[in-house]
Amino acid sequence: MIYIQLFFSFLKIGLFSVGGGYAAIPLIQSEIVNGHGWLSMQEFTNLITISSMTPGPVAINSATFVGLRIAGLPGAVTATLGSIFPAVILVSLLSLIYRKYKGTTAIDTVLGCLRPAVVALITAAGLSLSQTALWGELPVSLSSVDWTNALLFLGAFFILRKWKWNPILVMCLCGAGGLISFLTGKFF
Amino acid sequence: MDTPLRHQNLKKLKTLFLSTLYISAFTFGGGFVIVGFMRRKFVHDLHWIDEEEMLDFAALAQSCPGAVAVNAAILIGWKICGFAGMLTAVLGTILPPMIILSVISLFYSAFASSPLISAVLHGMEAGVAATVLDVACDLGMATVKTKSSLSVFIMAGAFVLNFVFHVSVIYIILAAAVIGTVRLLIIRRFHREVSR
Repeated sequence: MIYIQLFFSFLKIGLFSVGGGYAAIPLIQSEIVNGHGWLSMQEFTNLITISSMTPGPVAINSATFVGLRIAGLPGAVTATLGSIFPAVILVSLLSLIYRKYKGTTAIDTVLGCLRPAVVALITAAGLSLSQTALWGELPVSLSSVDWTNALLFLGAFFILRKWKWNPILVMCLCGAGGLISFLTGKFF
Repeated sequence: MDTPLRHQNLKKLKTLFLSTLYISAFTFGGGFVIVGFMRRKFVHDLHWIDEEEMLDFAALAQSCPGAVAVNAAILIGWKICGFAGMLTAVLGTILPPMIILSVISLFYSAFASSPLISAVLHGMEAGVAATVLDVACDLGMATVKTKSSLSVFIMAGAFVLNFVFHVSVIYIILAAAVIGTVRLLIIRRFHREVSR
């Protein structure tokens, strides 16, 4: 039964992709390209390209894409449910434990050491994203900077720090900035 | 009798659904990008969680299997409205990518090869980077202001390990948890000796 196969295949992907994002890609590939042959390598590459261009987690995107391709809308829903099922169980358990023991010295001491680590990881993620935005795949140097994006980045950062605008609005404005720069570059 | 309460819960669930739907529809990149948007919505606008809880949720969401956005939605959902809240938040998080991807997979080649769309997405990269660094600045300064040398040490160490040496996020979170546990044991032992 194709639905059961889809469900368990994506359950496996959901269960073993810790940390999310691009860490899940090799696992998804071995499961749906090499394992079941649901997608060709070319289709898989297309899927990753779409995933990087649209919002949402890679695991959900691939579940929808593969499910839709193999068994239509019910397939997409089945595969997506499979991919979130392990998280719903495990994270719910963890949430229960967290809320039960939060406020006790034991948990607060451990969390007190976790929080600065998370702050560091957010900072590192932000710097990596900035590097991609300003240099793409190129080595970091003054001559290879994408000046349009550097300007958008500094403007966005300034607006967020100084006026605390809504980050989603700022992000959309940057998208508009990218479009304007492309169009004016084309026509002038 | 329970009508006002039920009404209030329904209202909360509706806000939760719309908020997760809105955040999920705009979260490009995944992972820690979502922290910036969640912080704005749930910490600053709605005051449903505080800054510390948000960091705890980020750590828990990162270290569990599955997509970070879904895991964070599960945590917030339970916190706001129990089981119903969890289902609502998860639904709100998975619907936008499902709908957007279904639509786009119909005309993939036109979408992927359009220079206009890649120009918009490229510009958005700059905005996303600025958003995450903005959050990092606030949180980093707050950590330094605690004047706890252990916190600052963990922050600096985790940053160098992840950014310079590319040590995986999960190992860093585990290591921080181990430091926390050791600290706890030392505090406990110290108290025992003092009380003896």
